[in-house]
Amino acid sequence: MTAVSAQVRNTSASNMIADLLRELVAHLRQNRTQLREEWARRITEAKLLTVMGQEEIFAEATAVYDNYVEALESGTFEALQAYARNLSERIIPRGVETDEVIGIVLLLRDVLARSLFAKYQTDFGLLNRILDAYEPAANRIANTVAVGFVQERERVIREQQEAIRVLSTPVLQVRERLLILPIIGVIDPQRARQLTEQLLQGIRTNRAKVVVIDITGVPVMDATVANHLVQTVEAARLLGATVIITGLSPEIAQTLVTIGVDLGKMNTVGDLQGGIEEAERALGYRVVPLNDNSSGS
Amino acid sequence: MQVPILKQGQYLIATIQSALGDADLVLLRDGIVQQVGKLRSRGVIIDVTALDVMDSFATRTLRDIAQMIRLRGAETVIVGIQPEVAFSLVRLGSNLAGVATALDLEEGLAFLDRQIKGGGGNAQSHGSRSTQKN
Repeated sequence: MTAVSAQVRNTSASNMIADLLRELVAHLRQNRTQLREEWARRITEAKLLTVMGQEEIFAEATAVYDNYVEALESGTFEALQAYARNLSERIIPRGVETDEVIGIVLLLRDVLARSLFAKYQTDFGLLNRILDAYEPAANRIANTVAVGFVQERERVIREQQEAIRVLSTPVLQVRERLLILPIIGVIDPQRARQLTEQLLQGIRTNRAKVVVIDITGVPVMDATVANHLVQTVEAARLLGATVIITGLSPEIAQTLVTIGVDLGKMNTVGDLQGGIEEAERALGYRVVPLNDNSSGS
Repeated sequence: MQVPILKQGQYLIATIQSALGDADLVLLRDGIVQQVGKLRSRGVIIDVTALDVMDSFATRTLRDIAQMIRLRGAETVIVGIQPEVAFSLVRLGSNLAGVATALDLEEGLAFLDRQIKGGGGNAQSHGSRSTQKN
C-alpha cells in the first residue's frame, strides 16, 4: 500500500514539475522578443563579446535563446550541445574568451529568473515551485554550454600543438652524410628535448657525419635552452657527428656571453651558407663551377 | 658475461653484447690493455651498440681504457652509442670528453685508418669514403 502511494506521489511530483516546466516554457515563448532584447542589452552593457557587432550578438542571442527554451522543454541536451559546439567553433577563432561565454550564459539565466520573479511576485508559493523546476534545468544548460566551449577550445589547442610539434623540427639531408636542422621560433624546454631526440635519431638513420643547426629564426634563447644546445652538440659528438651552429643573432650571442654558457666546444659559423660550405669542406667536397667562363652569369 | 676481444689486422675489436656488471668491466679493461701490448695492436674499437643504458662506472671505465691504451701507444674509438644513451650521458655530465667516438663499426675502422695510416693530410675524407665502398 505505502509503496504504491509513494509511487503515486512520486509520479504526481514529477508530473507537477513537468507542468511547471511547460508553464515556464510557455512564458518564455510568449516573452521571447522582450527577453532576447533584454539579454542582448545586458551583454553589451557588461562589455562581453566585444569582438562581435550589435546585430551579430542579437542573432546569436536569438539562436541561443531558442535552443535554451527547447532544451528546457524537451529535457534533452543533445541539440543544445551540438549548437554550443558549433557556436564555439565559430567564435573561438575570433578570440572569444571562456569567461565571456560563461558570462553570457549566466546573464541569460539571470534575465530569465528576473522575468519569472516579475511574473509570479504575487504568488510566492508558485514562484518557489517554478524556481525549483527552473534552477536545475538552467544550471545544467549553463554547464552544457560552458563545457562545450571549453572542450572545443581544448580540442583546438591540442590540434595546434600537434601541428606545431610535427612542423617544428625538420631534419633534412642536403648531401650524403650532411644534415641541416633549421630552427624557427622560440625554443621552449619541451621543444628543445624533442629537437635533440629528432636530431640524434636523424644522425643515426642518415649516418650523418656533419650537422648544421641553423638558428637564424630563433629570436631569443635563455640559459636552459642554451645549455641544452651545448649538451646536444656533445651528444652528437658521441654519435660521431660534428655539429656546426649557424645564424647566431647578435642578441643571442650577447645573451650567451653574458650568461657565461660554455661555447668553447661549439663550432659556430656566421650564416647557413657559410655553415654548409664549412661542412662540405669537412666532408671532403669541393664545389667548383662547371664552366669557369659562365661563372659571371 | 665476458666480452670477446677479437683481433682484426692491426686492430682489436671488443663488442659488448649485453649489460655488464662492474666486475666484467674491470675484466674487459684489463684484458684489452694486456692484449694491445701482446698483439702489438695500433687501434682498439669498443662497440657498445647493444647497450641501452650506461652508468657512471661504465662510462668512467671506458674513459680509463681509452687513456690507458693511449699510454700503451694505440688509439681507441668507441662506436655505436645509442642516441638516448648519448643524451643521457651528456645530461648527467658523464665524462667521455677526449675519447674518440664514431657512429658504428665501419666508421670506427675508417677513423682508425685515418689516424694511423693517414697521419693527417687531405686524403682523409677520400680515404674514409673509399673504405666504405670496399
